[in-house]
Amino acid sequence: MTHTGASWIFEPGFFSSGPVHLALIVGATTACVSGVSGIFTVVRGQSFAGHAFSDIGAAGGSAAFLLGTSPLFGFVVMNLVAAGGMDLIGVQRRRSRDVATGVVLGAALGLAALFLYLGTTSSSTTGATISVLFGDIFALPPSIVPVIVILSVLSVGVSLVLYRPLILSSLSPDLSTARGVPLRLTGVGFLASLALAVSLSAITIGAILSTALLIGPAATAVRITRRTGFAILFAILIAAFTTWLGVLLAYDSYYWTPSHRAWPVSFFIVSLIFMLYVAVEVVTGRVRASPKNGEPGETT
Amino acid sequence: MFSAFMINAWEASTIVALIAGIVGFFTVLRGASFAAHALPNGAFAGAAGASLVGISTVLGLGVFAVMGAIIIASLGHRVRSDVATALAMVVMLGLGALFLSMTTEYAPQIYSLLFGEILGISSTALVPTAAMGAVCAVAIFGLYRPLMLSSLVPDTAEARGISAVRTEIGFLLVLALVTTMAVPVVGTLLIFSLLVSPAATARSFTKRPGAAMGISVAFALTTVWAAIAVSYVTGLPIGFFVGAIGAVLYSAGRAWASWRQGARTTHRKADRMASSSPSPRGRWTS
Repeated sequence: MTHTGASWIFEPGFFSSGPVHLALIVGATTACVSGVSGIFTVVRGQSFAGHAFSDIGAAGGSAAFLLGTSPLFGFVVMNLVAAGGMDLIGVQRRRSRDVATGVVLGAALGLAALFLYLGTTSSSTTGATISVLFGDIFALPPSIVPVIVILSVLSVGVSLVLYRPLILSSLSPDLSTARGVPLRLTGVGFLASLALAVSLSAITIGAILSTALLIGPAATAVRITRRTGFAILFAILIAAFTTWLGVLLAYDSYYWTPSHRAWPVSFFIVSLIFMLYVAVEVVTGRVRASPKNGEPGETT
Repeated sequence: MFSAFMINAWEASTIVALIAGIVGFFTVLRGASFAAHALPNGAFAGAAGASLVGISTVLGLGVFAVMGAIIIASLGHRVRSDVATALAMVVMLGLGALFLSMTTEYAPQIYSLLFGEILGISSTALVPTAAMGAVCAVAIFGLYRPLMLSSLVPDTAEARGISAVRTEIGFLLVLALVTTMAVPVVGTLLIFSLLVSPAATARSFTKRPGAAMGISVAFALTTVWAAIAVSYVTGLPIGFFVGAIGAVLYSAGRAWASWRQGARTTHRKADRMASSSPSPRGRWTS
């Protein structure tokens, strides 16, 4: 292989490949949605719910597969129902948050086992479980773009409408009660927008990347700045940067080994996110005398 | 239902349910449900790695589960534990994606690890399951006092010289061992349900920690036994029945607790004074 200039970085065909374009577009959209929801998820201590929606949605996806409807519809409906269930059990209260998410997730996993079993016996797609878990950003149908954009706008829209009450109730529940912010309504609204955001990312890029992009960049961003607006901006930038670099590396990795087998894009993105987090953690840990002071909101 | 190959299934599931009931009690008490999901899920990547390099699946599971526990514990000093758990899990799964991309025939094997192979347990596989179960039980009883104190009254625990950090690491390592023991038997998804649902249900029935642990074990055993029996009769997957029974028991527990709460408001007032929390599940939840 001969390389000149930029082709060292961008292997041949990177800019002319349809799947790559689509991966970059979907990646950027997901980065924006994950950045916005991610900050509130991290600050409100809802990472478990943020991840659980990707698994719960998969149960809805497999149900939709059985019924012959769109998997995205299954993801969204199942996750909105689950968000309601978590709220009923008490996901808003700090003490029962973890259990509320756990009980709903446990029930959904049972349903997933049933639907996948029924689905696999009728049409033998054992790989369904795997593709839901790992996803494949290079195998998206172009028709998915408009749906993704609409749902993204919806999810970000809900977060923006709830922006002030969300910040206030995340940082100081007492103060927001005093100011007449409806805590529970805010919480439910946030869960619904999170459910939408995660449905969207889980179905396109898989459960691993969905959780990684939701939590990793946001956790890194809140180490850098304490202002919510900036934190959201940083989280979006980190998510977009790691996704694009990951897509590039995965594309290039095809040429790395003589066997020509590309490494999975999720491996690269997750590694980049984690390395960036650890790097920022080490730097800010040195800068701050007492690292725990930097945490906004309540600590668990 | 009690033929020779089913006997192994009954025995293995009984061991797993016993341990899950006990460890699950502390999982719920400490708010560690996410770790109980993340460790089995992430350790699953270790199994993929093990099949790639040709070593035993259980070894791969064990190495990754312990690695995950160490990542959670070491990041957990700095950030909230749910963020640390999420990061640890995605890193392990990212490696799993890499391992899977390098092997060729994976789908059926992965499926069996997700949902378990409870009906395919051989008599020889029972020995390590029982041995690891025994180690878990011993470890939990060794850690019993620090775990109880640091979960219920963190300040008192610190004052008595119990290190919260070391207790947390100890607990996560026990959880890693439970993962290694249970994933080959019941799969990554089921062990999570068994760790969380019975113990969460037990909270509706009693406020005393010891009794709650007993109830948690009883519910875990009931859930697994009933699930295997119904699954045997109907031919539908065990995982579905474990999830469904868990959800039904939990809802019943909550209904019973709120009914009793309404019927005995006066008692609850006295209870409330004993605890600072307005939560109806009083004392040991806060």
